[in-house]
Amino acid sequence: MKLFSFARFAAVLVKEFIQMRRDRVTFAMMIGVPVMQLLLFGYAINTDPHNLPTLVEMADEGPVTRAILMGMETSDFFDFQGVVTSQADGDRALRDGTANFVVVIPPGFERDVVRGLRPTILLAADASDPVAASGAVGAIRGIVDTAMTESLTGPLAYAAQTAPPVDVTVHRQFNPEGVTAINIVPGLLAVILSMTMVMITAVAIVREVEKGTMEALIATPVRPLEVMLGKIIPYVVVGYVQTALFLVAAGTLFGVPFIGSPVAFFAGFNLYILVNLAIGFLVSTVARSQMQALQLSFFTILPTILLSGFMFPFAAMPAWAQTLGTAIPATHFLRLTRKVMLKGATLADVAGNMVAISIIMVVVIFIALKRYRGTLD
Amino acid sequence: MTEGQDAPAIEVSGLTKVFDGRKVVDGFDMSVPRGAIYGFLGPNGSGKTTTIRMMCGLLTPDGGSGTCLGYDIHREAGEIKRRVGYMTQRFSLYEDLTIRENLDFMARMYGLPHRKEKVSRALEDLGLANRSGQLAGTLSGGWKQRLSLAACMIHTPQLLLLDEPTAGVDPKARRDFWDEIRRLSAKGVTVLVSTHYMDEAVQCDFIAYIAYGKKLISGPSRDIPGMVGLTTWRVTGEALGPLEAKLRAEPDVAQIARFGDALHVSGTDKAALDRLATRYEAEGPQKWVEREAGLEDAFIYLMTGSEDNFGLKGAA
Repeated sequence: MKLFSFARFAAVLVKEFIQMRRDRVTFAMMIGVPVMQLLLFGYAINTDPHNLPTLVEMADEGPVTRAILMGMETSDFFDFQGVVTSQADGDRALRDGTANFVVVIPPGFERDVVRGLRPTILLAADASDPVAASGAVGAIRGIVDTAMTESLTGPLAYAAQTAPPVDVTVHRQFNPEGVTAINIVPGLLAVILSMTMVMITAVAIVREVEKGTMEALIATPVRPLEVMLGKIIPYVVVGYVQTALFLVAAGTLFGVPFIGSPVAFFAGFNLYILVNLAIGFLVSTVARSQMQALQLSFFTILPTILLSGFMFPFAAMPAWAQTLGTAIPATHFLRLTRKVMLKGATLADVAGNMVAISIIMVVVIFIALKRYRGTLD
Repeated sequence: MTEGQDAPAIEVSGLTKVFDGRKVVDGFDMSVPRGAIYGFLGPNGSGKTTTIRMMCGLLTPDGGSGTCLGYDIHREAGEIKRRVGYMTQRFSLYEDLTIRENLDFMARMYGLPHRKEKVSRALEDLGLANRSGQLAGTLSGGWKQRLSLAACMIHTPQLLLLDEPTAGVDPKARRDFWDEIRRLSAKGVTVLVSTHYMDEAVQCDFIAYIAYGKKLISGPSRDIPGMVGLTTWRVTGEALGPLEAKLRAEPDVAQIARFGDALHVSGTDKAALDRLATRYEAEGPQKWVEREAGLEDAFIYLMTGSEDNFGLKGAA
């Protein structure tokens, strides 16, 4: 008996395409979900917020104060909503969320500046969300310094701060404007492919078992490899379509550059599709019903989003979480896409990531094949 | 390979399958002569499906050995699959493929030459030629079952394994189905069919009865009642209902079954049952006549004897 029959493999492939075409809802999901995610993540999420509502408590007024407030306003971080007259009002505004910041100008501020007494401005921030507060908090020092240098000129120059002994120049590379979408969107491909590939593969295989068609199928001379390849390759095509869609949207809608090697990208994403199909196949050997397959697939999606470095910086996670994250293929693919698209990486630059994905794939396939033999019985 | 025409189509001995430490099939022996219709009976969960799956190479037996069409069931599952048609208990064709696509897919699985013609001919034989573009899922139960049979016959197998093929099918469709089975048998195809229905069992040339994973009895159909060893009295007349209630309390009566306007009262202790019959006939008003126990009586006896197959298995 032949070990592999191309004719039988082709028959399974054709059947799978026909079924895919007839299942309109799933088909729509395969295209709809990535588009939706791209739009939501790309447009809605901003980890560097601007125009945060700010109130001022003014116990003094003068040119220096005006210069500082003007500087804050033009920095775009702060959006002045009005004035409070007491500390209690300011606290209340912070607590009920109508303001993220309250700037307190103490009494006698202008006078103390002129006298060179280094008075203190209070910036009370709602820091319950560190991401929302950090950008503005980091910027305030520079804003105040600039305002002082600009307003304390001529005879008042003595009161201005002397230049610090060391200058630091920050060079924001790869994403100079700090646009969140430029970081999120390349990572999104990892999440989209992982979500749809794992889920669809798992469900497609479990469906045959659940509906009983697998029994009739394996009662024919068909070989396991022919079934596996025939069922999986249509979804590889889906992965290609999703990636093409993604690349177009990334470039046109979000202005994400693609400056690296297309070959590195192509090799990486094929490898990544394979590893996700393998995971989907593994899920299908565990799940007994389509519902279970869905639940298990969702179970794999959460760590993909949280621990891969897609949403939150990988380096900021504790060691155990980083170890977990390293075992997730998305972690490595995410780095690969970001490197290639944003940092102009070549095939050699991403070799390490590809090796990591390959190792995960070998392990997954090994476990899946061991389990697959078990479930035939 | 022993391809002699006299060699049995299926010959297995000591077949055993263990799932999670439970012996689902335990030391099963069977010999199915070529060209026979062999009925495979037993309650739900008795191991019929598992046994059939082991015979066609879908499951690896944990113990025992045997041949199917002369091929070893352990080592030559591939050869067996090419020559056997297996119809599963559930409808197992693709509901989202059309009738033609399903048949075509099966034909491709067996790598049949002249595939298109074979599929077209199968469609005509089925009487579905003008509905070939319809989705299989939209067919009625009876049609689904006929399509399944056509699909597992597409490669003209020498042996048909039918696992409860008529479950949930109306009586007319069942009769048609059995006509078809007999036609195939006459052409020399060996048929092994599992069933719940007595009226189907009586159509088989041979019978094996399985319960708790063990074979209780097997042999040519006409010998089965004798093997079970039942004595049966046929009771006719008035007020059979109250009589049935009274008889249920009698320890010597193993079974009471209604056959139209008569009661069949059976037991294994002939002497005791004869005494009981004489006593009740004297009481009247019914008429008691002794008759030879039929296949039906034997099956009802076997079925009721192992009704609680699931429950007992846990307790045993």
